[in-house]
Amino acid sequence: MTKLPYLPETPSQTAGPYVHIGLTPNALGNAGIYPQDLGAAPIRDGAKGERITIRGTVTDGAGMILRDALIETWQADAQGIYPAPNDPRGRADPNVTGWARIIADFDSGVWTLETIKPGTVPHPSGDTMAPHLSAWVVARGINIGLQTRIYFEDEVAANEKCPILARIEHKDRVSTLLAKKTGKGEYWFEVKLQGEDETIFFDL
Amino acid sequence: MADAAAQAPTRGPLVARDRLWHPPAYAPGYKTSVTRAPSRALIAAPSTLSEETGPVFGRDMLGEMDNNLILNFTGQPAIGERIIMHGRVQDDQGRPVPGVLLEIWQANAGGRYRHKKDGYAAPLDPNFGGGGRTVTDDGGRYEFLTIRPGAYPWPNGPNDWRPMHIHVSVFGSGFGQRLITQMYFEGDPLIARCPIVNTIKDRSAIEQLVAPLDMAAAIPMDCLAYRFDITLRGRRQTFFENRPEGL
Ligand SMILES: [Fe+3]
Repeated sequence: MTKLPYLPETPSQTAGPYVHIGLTPNALGNAGIYPQDLGAAPIRDGAKGERITIRGTVTDGAGMILRDALIETWQADAQGIYPAPNDPRGRADPNVTGWARIIADFDSGVWTLETIKPGTVPHPSGDTMAPHLSAWVVARGINIGLQTRIYFEDEVAANEKCPILARIEHKDRVSTLLAKKTGKGEYWFEVKLQGEDETIFFDL
Repeated sequence: MADAAAQAPTRGPLVARDRLWHPPAYAPGYKTSVTRAPSRALIAAPSTLSEETGPVFGRDMLGEMDNNLILNFTGQPAIGERIIMHGRVQDDQGRPVPGVLLEIWQANAGGRYRHKKDGYAAPLDPNFGGGGRTVTDDGGRYEFLTIRPGAYPWPNGPNDWRPMHIHVSVFGSGFGQRLITQMYFEGDPLIARCPIVNTIKDRSAIEQLVAPLDMAAAIPMDCLAYRFDITLRGRRQTFFENRPEGL
């Protein structure tokens, strides 16, 4: 077999238990290197759209809540445009940066994300993806970052038409991707790494 | 291989990850992975705008000392063997990727991390924070000045030690290229014994993480250098991209 001359991607290794030193030193208490941690907020004052707070946990296969998980999220603005130069549709809301880096609380393991609800985003097929945040989860024991999505349980019609959700054969698992509404503008999203109600992880 | 003067494309579909090259989620030699590995298959599909776009970081956000771990914590020099860690970030066709944010973290010269969870007997160095960051230049190049991290023991097997290593976090131009890895040092006998290294099944994939000593970049009477090139998950050539050079 002829091997094409593509270079293989640098292989992943676990973020390990000390990821905060590099990625959130101020939250760890190692202030002094950077004025503030990157990704502290995905929006600025004046961002258009519905303000929401998503909280959640990351749980392992033994039912233990991780205290060392780090999650990054990436989302579109309220119109569904990504705040990135490589979104071909033009400029997003200047008050939406779209990217956040959040960590599990060192005592409770609960993480909190304050943002706006993103709009729908076109899929290459021509269909429309329901409002969602892309989430990437790393921690000790995770050998390659886990990719999932946070959808919203109250976006029933959009979720039904979403081509990514439609791809999931085991329909009863779709609910693992839906943030549960717990109050006005408040959601709860649990990442279960393994087991009975394991979260869906993607290879996109 | 494509002309290195051409830069990697920043839009277009992402090439699927080679999951046999990366470590599997479940790798029982690394005990913590046993309860943290998903047991169901990943849901695979072509990338979408959500993975093809991503945050952008400019060099203007960097502080002058951000990539100098010897001085960036207190301004007084950290203890240890002075080294340069440098290299190039490239795509799967060898084209440089500028504007890539790299963040690194590491133990001090004694193998101790500045972290509340690390209780190893080696002392903290009051002048070593252990973190640094930079953004690749127009040629995809980057450089850190740091000290060689010590090896350290960790609770896994009865007597497991991590080889000397530097943790590296990498952003591409799309969120689907997000990667964390570790750089090892040429000649370290602990590499072959490390259960975390050995989560990777392919020997040549492991070699990709072992930085060779680079005497050409070492500074006489000052510091040694190690070279660590990083290859990002590629993007598929699209028809429109191909046409100018291909036809
Ligand atoms: Fe480490």
